[in-house]
Amino acid sequence: MKHARVAYDGLIQEATVNGDGVQLLDGRLVTEDEVVWLPPVQPNTIFALGLNYADHAKELSFSAVQEEPLVFFKGPNTLIGHKGKTVRPNDVTFMHYECELAVVLGKQGKHIQQAEAYDYVRGYTVANDYAIRDYLENYYRPNLRVKNRDGCTPIGPWLVDKEDVHDPMNLTLRTYINGKKTQDGTTADMLLSIPQLIEYLSSFMTLYPGDIILTGTPKGSVDTVVGDEVVTEIEGVGRLVNTVVGEEVLQNS
Amino acid sequence: MKLSGIQPIQEGKVNLNEQEVWIDGNSYRNKELSFDIPITGTIYGTLLNYRNAYTQLKEAMYQEPYQAPPQAPVLYIKPQNTLIAAGSLIPIPEEEQELDMGAALGVVIGKTASKIDEFHALDFVEGYTIVNDVSIPHDSVYRPPVKEKARDGFCPVGPWIMSKTAVHNPNELEIRVLVNGELRQKSNTNQLIRSVEKLLADITEFMTLAKGDVLLVGVPENPPRVKAKDHIHIEIDQIGVLENTIATEKASVGGRL
Repeated sequence: MKHARVAYDGLIQEATVNGDGVQLLDGRLVTEDEVVWLPPVQPNTIFALGLNYADHAKELSFSAVQEEPLVFFKGPNTLIGHKGKTVRPNDVTFMHYECELAVVLGKQGKHIQQAEAYDYVRGYTVANDYAIRDYLENYYRPNLRVKNRDGCTPIGPWLVDKEDVHDPMNLTLRTYINGKKTQDGTTADMLLSIPQLIEYLSSFMTLYPGDIILTGTPKGSVDTVVGDEVVTEIEGVGRLVNTVVGEEVLQNS
Repeated sequence: MKLSGIQPIQEGKVNLNEQEVWIDGNSYRNKELSFDIPITGTIYGTLLNYRNAYTQLKEAMYQEPYQAPPQAPVLYIKPQNTLIAAGSLIPIPEEEQELDMGAALGVVIGKTASKIDEFHALDFVEGYTIVNDVSIPHDSVYRPPVKEKARDGFCPVGPWIMSKTAVHNPNELEIRVLVNGELRQKSNTNQLIRSVEKLLADITEFMTLAKGDVLLVGVPENPPRVKAKDHIHIEIDQIGVLENTIATEKASVGGRL
């Protein structure tokens, strides 16, 4: 089942999505265009993986072999729902999307073994973890000015129960800018699989329901500019739409 | 302050010299009260914001992997699993012998702060608290310090939020760390490179701080290194004392003294 959080008629509510439309839990059935889409999960800790696909690491001139997985955290200010708008600062030259499978946890655990890892997963959604490379610095890299900006992590449109995703390690990821395909990869190419990531993270800290793991992106990250419609899509999970806007939208007209 | 077993946040008056707290007209000794975690938001830490801490790394900043000194504030996140209350046990991982105690002033945000300017920055502050940014000792600051700083229980905070009106100047506060009663570190927020106001302005230029979020203004150089069973006492002028004890991981889940 697909679970969403939406705003409709002045109320934030949970909903399920099916072929007929958006089924609000208060009983109303509405269309996808009638609701405001919110991030499908109110996050606890948000983890993100850097360089978790060998081809993307190569694209960024990194050796795929690292001593430790590159993990960083994100604040709740970064999340924005389906059909949201993400600001590109006026002075930057390179802001790229990153289509990522987001794993949402449903159960508390520490020292989780790979074989049991999926027991701790509630479901999956799509994330687009934008990065503004102009602001990259070599301290606690990727630094928060690159990766923790307001609304720079579109997520959604919904959460798909894990039971409805047959093999999360074999899903096609694609990104389209204004309808043109710019990224095409598969979760089969992750360096550390979902069970390996859960085992690694839980080896030194407790994971909780509502934690989200953004599992990294394959190659094909290209610049996006104001006005671009960026669609990140993962087979069997969802199609997440975002529009890049300029800083002007934040100012009084 | 948040007291264990009571859901709403309690207001009280604190007499720091007498270690006495007044709540609803009744007086209590600090030690009679069981403090819970007084904050609700995200904790952001700042690296290299004390002059001497910056100087220690300055030579390396021009070499690999850093290449150049940082321009923007260097930040990190202490996730929710790290938070523990005053009086709780700090777990030392089984494979570690020692931990660093990062005594930090925590600035508690009182209302949504986005693109604020330095001169109005304190209008967005509710108050101040004491935070122990616990780390496994590490030299490199190239990658985010997840394994070193995000362990369960690695962020004691409290015992309370001191309202900002009770703090004369956040950029002139002495911080003392005592381990087993012995003074091991003395620092002062007058050594900050970016003042509290400047830091708030520079950070909210690119990310919003929400009500309840806490910003650690920095960790002084040479944090005291401690081991299991050590008693840690972090005192910040005009704010109070945060006390915790180091214990093994197994002994410390929700543990109290």
